[in-house]
Formats: sequence, structure tokens, C-alpha cells
Amino acid sequence: MNTLILRTVAPVITALMLLFSVFVLLRGHNEPGGGFIGGLIAASALAIFGIAHGPGAVQRAIRFHPMAIAGAGLALAAVSGLVSIAAGVPFMSGLWIYPDILGAEVPLSTVMSFDIGVYLVVVGSVTAIALALETEPDGGAGEGEGGG
Amino acid sequence: MAAAAPAWTFIALFLPFLAAILAPFLVSRLGDRAAWIVALAPALSFLHFCGFLSEISAGEVATGGYAWAPSLNLSFSWFIDGLSLTFALLITGIGTLIVIYSGGYLKGHRHLGRFLSFILLFMGAMLGLVVSDSFLMLFVYWELTSIASFLLIGFDHEREAARRAALQALVVTGAGGLSLLAGLVFLWNVTGVTQLSLLVHLGDALRMSPFYLPALFLVLGGAFTKSAQFPFHFWLPNAMEAPTPVSAYLHSATMVKAGVYLLMRLNPVLGGTPAWEILLPFFGGVTLVAGALIGIRQTDLKLMLAYTTMASLGLLTMLTGFGSPHAIEAAVLYLVAHSLFKGALFMVAGAVDHGTGTRELPLLGGLRRAMPITFVAAFLAACSMGGLPLFAGFLAKEEIYAALATGNPRAVFFTAAALVGNALMFAIALAVGLKPFVGKGNQTPLTPHEAPVALWLGPVILAALGLVFGIFSPLLHAYLTSPMASAVIDEPTVITIGTMPHLGLPFGLSLLTVTLGILVYRELDRARALAAQMLEGLGPGPDRWFDQFVSGLVRFSARLVRIIQPGRLEIYITATFIAVAATLLVPLFLFDELPAMPSGPAGALVQEIAFFVIAALGIVTVLRAADRLTAIVSLGIQGFAVAVIFLLFGAPDLSFTQFMVETLSVVILTLVMTRLRLSVTDHRPPGQILLDGTIAIACGLGFALMLLKAVGTPFDPFMTDFFNTYSKAIAHGANVVNVIIVDFRGTDTLGEIAVVMVTGLAVLALIKLRVGRRAS
Repeated sequence: MNTLILRTVAPVITALMLLFSVFVLLRGHNEPGGGFIGGLIAASALAIFGIAHGPGAVQRAIRFHPMAIAGAGLALAAVSGLVSIAAGVPFMSGLWIYPDILGAEVPLSTVMSFDIGVYLVVVGSVTAIALALETEPDGGAGEGEGGG
Repeated sequence: MAAAAPAWTFIALFLPFLAAILAPFLVSRLGDRAAWIVALAPALSFLHFCGFLSEISAGEVATGGYAWAPSLNLSFSWFIDGLSLTFALLITGIGTLIVIYSGGYLKGHRHLGRFLSFILLFMGAMLGLVVSDSFLMLFVYWELTSIASFLLIGFDHEREAARRAALQALVVTGAGGLSLLAGLVFLWNVTGVTQLSLLVHLGDALRMSPFYLPALFLVLGGAFTKSAQFPFHFWLPNAMEAPTPVSAYLHSATMVKAGVYLLMRLNPVLGGTPAWEILLPFFGGVTLVAGALIGIRQTDLKLMLAYTTMASLGLLTMLTGFGSPHAIEAAVLYLVAHSLFKGALFMVAGAVDHGTGTRELPLLGGLRRAMPITFVAAFLAACSMGGLPLFAGFLAKEEIYAALATGNPRAVFFTAAALVGNALMFAIALAVGLKPFVGKGNQTPLTPHEAPVALWLGPVILAALGLVFGIFSPLLHAYLTSPMASAVIDEPTVITIGTMPHLGLPFGLSLLTVTLGILVYRELDRARALAAQMLEGLGPGPDRWFDQFVSGLVRFSARLVRIIQPGRLEIYITATFIAVAATLLVPLFLFDELPAMPSGPAGALVQEIAFFVIAALGIVTVLRAADRLTAIVSLGIQGFAVAVIFLLFGAPDLSFTQFMVETLSVVILTLVMTRLRLSVTDHRPPGQILLDGTIAIACGLGFALMLLKAVGTPFDPFMTDFFNTYSKAIAHGANVVNVIIVDFRGTDTLGEIAVVMVTGLAVLALIKLRVGRRAS
């Protein structure tokens, strides 16, 4: 699988897919998409990059351990739910604000940050598994500890 | 007065918890002096509860609380009457002294902060327990006291004996807690109320109910384990592994009385029946005599006291269930007196240990010169324990004999039990409170020296109170014991017993007790040998049974695990899918609910049929594939075709997800295959293929029939309409699927992503494990 063609196009594909995954994530509230799907797309993108360049390269590219990303996502989702308690409404109630950014009204909400949390959990967990599987048992192919 | 404001009571109830959080920080800053500051918390609570005294003694009750889960009819509510108040004052008052004592006892111990934290945690739990009105609140606090007790017994966790004792106490009282929970659920279902204050008036309905006996047994299961009644008594002496302040506080003055508290609280509701008046006195009487006999056999001061505590708890249970208002009054008086003198004597035992380095009675003697203050406290407490005139213990003992000695045959039996128990306890009181201090000085590990103020303050105050309450008995009755007895009997009651001896049968029995006690004390060594002989004749006790029970349980579960968790993935997967097929198919056939067969693909569009064919071809390829990689990719083709069909039927979100899941499945399955170094082709014997094939077809058939059935039933658009109506209106989102996931059912999603993450961690651990095994 580790062909020259794949190695050449993989970074481009990965970049495009990651961009697309964010797009899918953000449009999710009104159009088909959302955190789950976006997370899966991003995880596929990283898996492709891993197949082409090895788990070490993926690990370096994403900087953080994928499980840490998943943990951050879970924390973000939980905190998004808790914000509503501070506002005196039941846990997980969606809160919305509409700030004016550069002349455009941008709807922001705890629902959105919750969905971003879902995205991070999915991308982190799936990538962690994929990287761990890609790392050769003897540690040969992956420089350093890829997923594990 | 502060008593009027519920907010202050709430603060008083939570002060111990707050102090529990702060204690470690204070100790790390100030060392053992921090105990004096930490003790302010229970002291303030104590003062707050003192504010209730006049109100409660006038026959009123104080209530308050906050809604907790109104939809479940649960509230955080308290109910303070004479019974609660006396307990609350004992808990906070003795608690204050215990915290100060702990600072001296564990001076310089590196975990003093943690210790104080646990003690205060317990204090908060116990305080909550005795003022709880709601059943659930009572249960939560009940369990919290068990947990705090576990932490404190196992405080010295580097010793195996401490760990075993902690675990044993937790298992016994925890099992009792579950029994209590079941009992409370019975009470709730029979009467329909969840509050003790309302329950009290429903006693008649409950006693008539066919569920009375089960409810009684379950509640007694909780009370008897907590209050160490025979045959559940064995955890209490073992709990003496804990540092002495814990023994003084939890395992004599307060926690072990939680069971007695419960019995007293429920006396108006469950009491007055033959079952109540047989079970309680019987088990109480046995516990009383057994505890006193085993106690006389010991030589360790703490163990002697521990067994007399067990005996005292037996006495309290016996009196509570005896069935006369007199007996209740006696129980109330004895409970108060016991908390004071036993708390003091335990602290004395600790001070003696601190001053000499040993608690072994035969090694101790002549300490009155070296430890005069401790001696005074010990002697006063022992006099109260022995029930000598002028002391609170005397009031209790007179009342006990007055209540028991009524002349009928049943009473004779219990009077005899009380006489034997009291006489032996008097002997032990002298052995602990007098013997170490008189006679010749012995060689002890440390040169005897007086305890520091933190160690003698508690015993002196408690022992002195025993004398003050005895002399000023009208004061004691007016503010503490009469309101408490009124609450237990559920009728206004006035206790009048004074400290001046009245000639009569009770006084005669008291004299007999004292005489017998002194005789036993003078012949202590012979009595000890005699008790040991008697007990050895009875064979191994429940302590051994507990060990056998636990090791049997461990062996049983090991065997069970080997059967249901053999560790082979094939077996798990086979079992799972057989269960899936059975769940789907059996009901359909059993209840004759098979769906009508569809009438062929009439009206299907060309592209729909085309993708259906692709999916089918994918499956055929999977089955015919020569090597695993082809099979994996073909499975992906089938999945993609299904995803396109979803898209054609207007489910873009589902379709999207299906695409991604299929892609990742192919990638991960391939990685797993290469990673696990599976052989390229799949060799299975024909029998295995037949079995696996059958299971697969059964599952497929089951899902297909199930879906057909589901599609065949009329569609209820209620949910669809609901989400279509409200998705945009209140959740500001046009994509209903996403709005459901992140908003309407966001809490579900939160749980799901937590599962995703835990699964990821588990997979990582599995892969790492394999790496480790390969490497080694």
C-alpha cells in the first residue's frame, strides 16, 4: 500500500478531508452533517495519512496524543452541558448568543460547542485505535509510540 | 434565636463536611494544633443544636428542608424531636472532644489531616442520619457512616489486620444497609409516605399489613448489623484495629448506636407486636450476656471495652423491644449515660497506652501517681459505668431494674440476663478504670507519664458530665431524656428517677449487681479463665464463619468466571449472536407474530434495484473470497451499496455516517488482520462453517423479519411531528437528526461519547497488552 502515488497525494487528500470535516461539523445543525460524521471523516483522513506516512508522522502532525484529544472533547461536551446550570436552566439546555462579527450575525451556542466535543471524541478515539494498530508490534515502522 | 432559621440548621448540618475538606490544609500549615481550630466546627454545630433545647423540651418539633427531586417526591428535609436532638448533641459534643483528642493522640502522625477529615466526614454523616426526615436521606447517610467507618478502621492501612477489619465491617454493615433499604421500600409501599415524621402516625396500618413481618425482618437486618447484635457482632471487636479516638467515637458513643436509634425511631411504627417483643429482647439479651462474658475474658483494655459496648448495645436493644414505657425510659437513660462513660473510658485507654506504651491489663498497675488526672477521669467514668449512686449510670440501672422486675416469668429471664450482664460490666469497669491505677507499679514499655491536655480534656469532661447529670437529674430529664423518651414512645413522658436510692426491689437488684461485680473483680483472673473455658466449649464463632464465607465466595466466583469468561473471543461472539438470533426469532414464532410477506419489488426504481444487486453481489463475494483481504473489501462494497440506498430513500445523515463507518471498518479490519498476523486465507473445518453459517443466517433472518414486522405496523407520526414542529422553533436547527443528537437527547449523546472514549481506551490497553506479551 505504501506506494509513491499514495505518499504524494495523501497529504493533500488529508488536508482537504480535514477541512471538509470541519465544514460538515459546522453545517450540521441545519444541513446534513454534525459532529459524529465530521469526526469520522477526520479520522479517515488521519488514517489515510497514517497508511501513507506511518503513525509517527500522524502523531507529530496532530501534536497531542489522540486520547488526549478525545478527553478534551468529552470535557468540552460535559462543560457545554453544565453552562446551562449557571444560567439557572436544566442541565444540557441549549443557550444561544448572536454576536456581531465583522458585520455578520454569527449564531453561537452551547449546542455547537457540544457538537465540537462529539467531533473531538470521535476523531480522537478512532485515530488512537487506528494509530495503535498501524504501529508495528516491534515498534519498527512507527518512529516513537504512535497510538499507544 | 438561631433555632428559628432553617438556613442556620442547614449550615450546622454541613459544617462538619466543610471542616473535613479544610482539615488537611490546616494540619499541613499548623501541625497538630490545627485540631483545636478544626474542633470549632462541631463545637459551633453543638451550640446551634443547644438552641433547640427549650423548644424541644416544651414538646415541640423543629422541621425544615429543601426540595431535592420534587418529581420523585424526595426532599432534603430534617425533623428534630427529642430523640434526634439528644443524638445530635451527643454527636457534636463528643465529636468536639474527639477532634481535640485526635490532635493529641496522633500528634506528629503524617496523616493526621486525613484522619481528622475522615472523623469529620463521619460526624457529618451521623448528624445527617439522626435528623433525617426523608427515608432516602436516612439511607444515604446510613451508608455514608459505614463508608466513613471503613476508612477509619482501615486508617492504618499498612497492617493486614486493619485492612481485614475494615473490609469486614464494611461487608457486614453494608449488607445490613441494603437490607434496611429494602425494608424502607416496604414501609414506603405499604404506607405511601417517604417521611419518618408522617410514618409515625401510620403504625396501625402497617402492623395490620401482610408485609409487616418482611418489613420488620429487613429493618432489623439493618439495625442489628449496625449495632453489632449477635450473631453479627463480630465486626465490632475487630474494628478496634482503628486508632483509639475512632473506637471511642464511632464504635461506642455514636455509630453503633445508629441501629438503636433506628429501632427507637420506628418503635411507634413497628413496635408493640409479638414479633417485635420477642425478637428484640431475645437477640438483645443474648448479645448482652455474650458480650459481657467475652469481655471478661480479654486482657487488652480496648478489647474489654469493645465487648462491653457490644453488651451495652444488646441491653439497649433488649430494653427497646421489651414493650413497656418504663423500659424505653431505661433505654434512653442508659444510652445517654453509656455514651458519656464509654467514650471517656475509651479515651482513657488511649491515654494509658500513650503514657505507658501498653494496653495489656496484667502489665499495668500503680499509675495513679504518674497519671493523676487520667485516673480521676477513669475512676469517675467507671463509677458511672458500674451504676454507683450519684452517677448517671445509676439512674439508668435503677430504671432498668424497675422496668424489668415486674414479676412475670418472661421478665424474670430478662432480669437475670440484665443482672449477669451488669455485674460483669461493673467488674470490667473497675478493671479498666481502677486496676491500672492502683497497686504496685509495673515495668511498662515507656516510663509512665501524664497525658497532655488534649488527651485528658475529653475524658475529664465526659466523666464529669456523668456525675453532673447524676446529681442534677431533673435538669437531665427536662432537657434531654424526657423529650427523647416522649419521641420514642410517641406520648408525652416525664422521667422522674432521681439519684437518691429508694428502698425496693430495683435497689436490691442494684446492690446484688454491685456485690457480684466486686466479687468478679477480686477474682478477675479466675473469672477470665472460667469465661475462656466456657467460650472454647462453644467452638469457633461467627468471626471464623465470616472468613469461611468470604473464601467460599471467592472460590465460587473464580469458578464461575472460568465458565462464563473463558477468554476466547470466538466463544463470546458465538454466544452473543446466538442470543441476538434467539431474541429476534423466538418471540416472532412463539406468539405467531410473523409478518406478511412483501409482494415483490413492484414500483421500485431502476437505481434502487441496481444498488440492491450490488449489495447482494458484495455478500456473495465475501462468501466466495479466497483470501481475507478480498472478503473485507467486498464487505465494504456491500456497506457502500446500503449507504447509497439510504441516500436514495432520503436519509442523508444516516447515509453519510454509513459511508464513513464502512470506510473506517475496512481500514481497521485490514489493520487488525495485518497487525495480528492472521493467515491470508480463512481455514475453517466444515462443521465450524456449518455452525457459523447457521448463526449468521438466523441473525439475518431475524433482523429481516423484525424489520418487515416493524414496517408493517401503522406508523405513529407523533414523534416525527413533534421534532419537525419544535426543531427549528425551540432548538434553532433545521437538521432534525442533528438537533435530536445534540439538543433534544444531548444527555444520551454525552453518555455515548463517553462510551466511545472508554472503548478507545480499552482497545488501546488490549493492543498494548499484546505488545507486552510479544516482547517478553
